[in-house]
Amino acid sequence: MSGALLHVEGRVLDADGWGRIADDAVLPEGPVLVSRVRWQAMREALIARAAPVGVLLLPDEPVEEIAADLPHLACVALHFPGPGEGRPYSAARLLRGRYDYRGEIRAVGEVLIDQVHFLKRSGFDVLALRADQDVPAALAALRTFSVHYQPGADEALPLYRRRAAS
Amino acid sequence: MYRYDSQDQRVVDERVAQFRDQTRRFLAGQLSEEEFRPLRLRNGLYIQRHAPMLRVAIPYGLLAARQLRMLAHIARTYDRDYGHFTTRQNIQYNWPALERVPDILADLATVQMHAIQTSGNCIRNVTSDQLAGISPDELADPRPYCEIIRQWSTFHPEFSYLPRKFKIAVTGAQRDRTAAQIHDIGLQIVDNAAGERGFRVYVGGGLGRTPMIGEVIREFLPEADLLTYLEAILRIYNRNGRRDNIHKARIKILLKAWGRAAFAEAVEAEWARRDSDALRLPADEVARVAAHFALPAYAPEAVADRLDPALESDPDFARWYARNTLPHKVPGYRAVHVGLKSPGRPPGDATAGEMDLIADLAERYSFGELRVTHHQNLLLADVRLADLPALWQTLRAHDLAYPNVGTLTDMIACPGLDFCALANAGSIDVAHQIQSRFEDLDYLYDLGELRLNLSGCMNACGHHHVGHIGILGVDKKGEEWYQIQIGGSSENSASLGKVLGPSVPKEQVAEVIARLLTVYLELREEGERFLDTCRRVGIEPFRERVYAELEVAA
Repeated sequence: MSGALLHVEGRVLDADGWGRIADDAVLPEGPVLVSRVRWQAMREALIARAAPVGVLLLPDEPVEEIAADLPHLACVALHFPGPGEGRPYSAARLLRGRYDYRGEIRAVGEVLIDQVHFLKRSGFDVLALRADQDVPAALAALRTFSVHYQPGADEALPLYRRRAAS
Repeated sequence: MYRYDSQDQRVVDERVAQFRDQTRRFLAGQLSEEEFRPLRLRNGLYIQRHAPMLRVAIPYGLLAARQLRMLAHIARTYDRDYGHFTTRQNIQYNWPALERVPDILADLATVQMHAIQTSGNCIRNVTSDQLAGISPDELADPRPYCEIIRQWSTFHPEFSYLPRKFKIAVTGAQRDRTAAQIHDIGLQIVDNAAGERGFRVYVGGGLGRTPMIGEVIREFLPEADLLTYLEAILRIYNRNGRRDNIHKARIKILLKAWGRAAFAEAVEAEWARRDSDALRLPADEVARVAAHFALPAYAPEAVADRLDPALESDPDFARWYARNTLPHKVPGYRAVHVGLKSPGRPPGDATAGEMDLIADLAERYSFGELRVTHHQNLLLADVRLADLPALWQTLRAHDLAYPNVGTLTDMIACPGLDFCALANAGSIDVAHQIQSRFEDLDYLYDLGELRLNLSGCMNACGHHHVGHIGILGVDKKGEEWYQIQIGGSSENSASLGKVLGPSVPKEQVAEVIARLLTVYLELREEGERFLDTCRRVGIEPFRERVYAELEVAA
């Protein structure tokens, strides 16, 4: 059971149709989120469907494997097997910066309050919180820091280039 | 030193509020111990043998007098009246109450200090040369680059959940005093043939269970690309470092697995594909930060200062001067060690009263600043020759002038079994055993430069692998035993020590060292340090003597 969906701009989203589909399940109508394995096996058929499709990447599945397919993907979900997992942050950065991906990047799995600030800055836009996470606290945590030293999804320049301007 | 502007201050203040909230949620049962653990760790808070341990960051070891007074205040108010300075130039408190840590952080924030990223799987406090800015052998002051790296690495969105801890050191001197080659990244400031400023980049050093010396992956990195290149290294590591085994998760393991050439190639390829040059350092930013480290207003008349009468008339002063002070690039000045290795003192410890006193001395004699050294002493970097006799008198009256800097008993030691939950064996009592066995200073001076490093377990906080003599505490069926190694060094030609043989019982550690030293004195050639003799003759002559008639369990 997953918890609330947070948009990094600071709002709670209604539950949507982006459910993860088991590799052997029949595809339902509407949007589907498939594994990388299923995507690669059924790529043509999935593109041919009328509904949007997204791919879920595990931490050890590099974004390079789906880079060429990004124009067909409405969503890339990056899985956190635990809150200490760090690879999805680099994956999100690469999707945004290197591949110029403008679709949704969603954090799923062990997504906890104290990660949301980093997720937002790395380029995620929707955070599927673990079910037990307190939603007001998670929303507040998006605003933990008002100053950032590094460039990020929310800030094109490092602080030192903005300091000079201010 | 670097002074926060309102934005730097806001980061630290917001961090205090964040950690206060995290602590509150933990105490209210909303965060499990397992979930709170990484949060408190990246704030330097460990759960230790008796109480929590809090590690406070001292960026690149530089402190203002008012900051040291705050460290004294924290020791007095929240702890047991002392603190322990570490090899990475930080300070640790062994007895704070968990629920008061947010208040400690709030107090620290009032003097532009924090505990951000002093532990955890993230980029740790950047360390540097304690002689930065004043050493005659320095090409450039490393501290501006350290501060630039500190800011870049603070709450880095992409690199806050690394496979394992990540340590960076920057040196600007000919002689490396930062142990750069045993850091995850070691940066050495160099100029290229065209006279441009840049860095030699070492990657993959580290101690712990699998000690390794770092390897050069780039001979010259232009200054402007410092951060873009660090990002490339960190991204390669974050994506590819092992996460399945905590003991194989450091970048050194990845570098060894791929090989230096393949690793360097991967970094270069990643760097070449960077999506933005926003992080390229403009010269004016380097200049802005460097201006914070401008040299103080040295007295021109200090050139005429003469110590000859004092040195000739007072052998104690002369001895202290020779051992505990160092040359300064400005004529008329010396750098002065405030020694924290006197007999009976846990190595690296200072009381609140001593910290206050040293802060006063820094203001009176050294432009209000001081440094923490990698060897766990303090340093007043800018003392006028004419002030040395008075400073020495005060330090001596307070047990802070024991003239053993650079000798056998100026040892590095971790807190060991007395405090640390990880330790297998005691460090402090062994340090005391060695201190009391080797009290004859003339003997120590005859031995010359000697680095003794002592760790209470294989995590190697006491850097035993890179001691000329290294001592590692091990647990043998509930008893404390010690493995001895020799021939290590963390300086320019870094090397790992070789284990002498079976470990020895605690009460024989000093005896073993005495035997090692006897062999050295017999075999040394003109001008050889203990390390040099070790390297020339190998460990065999030492091994034979140590184990002759020494009772050692098989």
